[in-house]
Amino acid sequence: MAGGQERILRRRIKSVQSTKKITRAMELIAASRIVKAQARVVAAQPYADGITGVVRDLAAAGAGSSSPLLAVRDSVSTVAHIAIAADRGLCGGYNSTVVRTTEVEMRAASAAGQRNALVTSGRKPESYFRFREIPMDGSFAGYSDAPTYENARDIAAVVSRRFLDGDIDKVQLIYTKFLSAGRQEVVIEQLMPLDTSELASGAKQQADYEFEPNPDTILDALLPRYAEAKIYAALLNAAASEHAFRQRAMKAATDNADELIRTLSRIMNRARQDSITTEIMEIVGGAAAMADGAGSDDDDFLPAH
Amino acid sequence: MPFTVQLVSPEKVLYEGEASYVSARTIGGGDIGFEPGHAPFLAALQTWPVRVLGTDSSELKIACHGGFVQVDGAKVVILSDVAELAADIDVDRATMAKRNAEAALSNNADDVDAKAALARAVTRLEVAGA
Repeated sequence: MAGGQERILRRRIKSVQSTKKITRAMELIAASRIVKAQARVVAAQPYADGITGVVRDLAAAGAGSSSPLLAVRDSVSTVAHIAIAADRGLCGGYNSTVVRTTEVEMRAASAAGQRNALVTSGRKPESYFRFREIPMDGSFAGYSDAPTYENARDIAAVVSRRFLDGDIDKVQLIYTKFLSAGRQEVVIEQLMPLDTSELASGAKQQADYEFEPNPDTILDALLPRYAEAKIYAALLNAAASEHAFRQRAMKAATDNADELIRTLSRIMNRARQDSITTEIMEIVGGAAAMADGAGSDDDDFLPAH
Repeated sequence: MPFTVQLVSPEKVLYEGEASYVSARTIGGGDIGFEPGHAPFLAALQTWPVRVLGTDSSELKIACHGGFVQVDGAKVVILSDVAELAADIDVDRATMAKRNAEAALSNNADDVDAKAALARAVTRLEVAGA
């Protein structure tokens, strides 16, 4: 019986060891992807800064009071939430935190008498909401670990059309912001109407620009790009965060596997020693019995008269 | 005195270098050229090649599919969500796209998508020098 237990333990240790190999590999892959994702966030910065700068210059020139993308609506009857999370799991609480924050936001909006619209990015939030039969107005997936600008454009197209139609009065982004390798936070950012307070604060009175054809036309062409750039930045942040979460989750799994292997090996060794001890005892017991038998008279084996 | 030219796409800075002259076409349909010391200028661009003359009078063409140009005396920044350098252009694909767009236009002269596709293809071919 003891030998059987040892065999079972050995098999479990082996399986934990191969799981550990997988989690370790995933940890290393995630770690290397964090670096790449971070580089992408940095590389996207000049464009975002440039667009912001142009919007600021246009605002300084007095453009844009008429743009629907800037006008805050008096009554908000529908709020759209863009929930950005991952395509895959195995990344700790990454997906669930975003999903939970989205649900809280949606409940808050419902409580305020507003209707909700929902757009998801990533397979995980999509399947979560689909399973709960919460209708989605758009779901995008298949790029969460390395999003491109095209993906941002697709998302922007869905929400901006409905926003301009007056179908949606407010759009907010819910995603995980990558603050540093050790710190990521779920944030809720208003996307539409575009928040111009951040522009006004940094406005520096510059030399007068010449505009071609005129400030309002440029602004109308620019604001959709501005919204896209914001979504793109959110996607990139989310991707970097996803890798950071995955790396942490996989590191925890690897450490846990190490500990499990240690514990299981100890139990297995004890079981092996037990079985050896038992075996020796049996041999010794058997030998003693044989010795006893050899030393006595044959009569002993005869039944007593 | 050269100025700095920066071509920025959402994903990265595609090109950065010194130049003595830059030309582009605005959505109004007019071509505009910049030399160092140009007055501050801001414009929305059409799908059209942007030409950059380097300090050694080498010419660089960039296929710019819409975007914005911001100029102040010492710097030209072109922000474009789709821009390609000549090396990144697939000539065969652009030729095919041009043929398809022309075919679509011959059926329906008001096809907006086909017009845009034709403009893109022509710009690409122009930049690729084919």
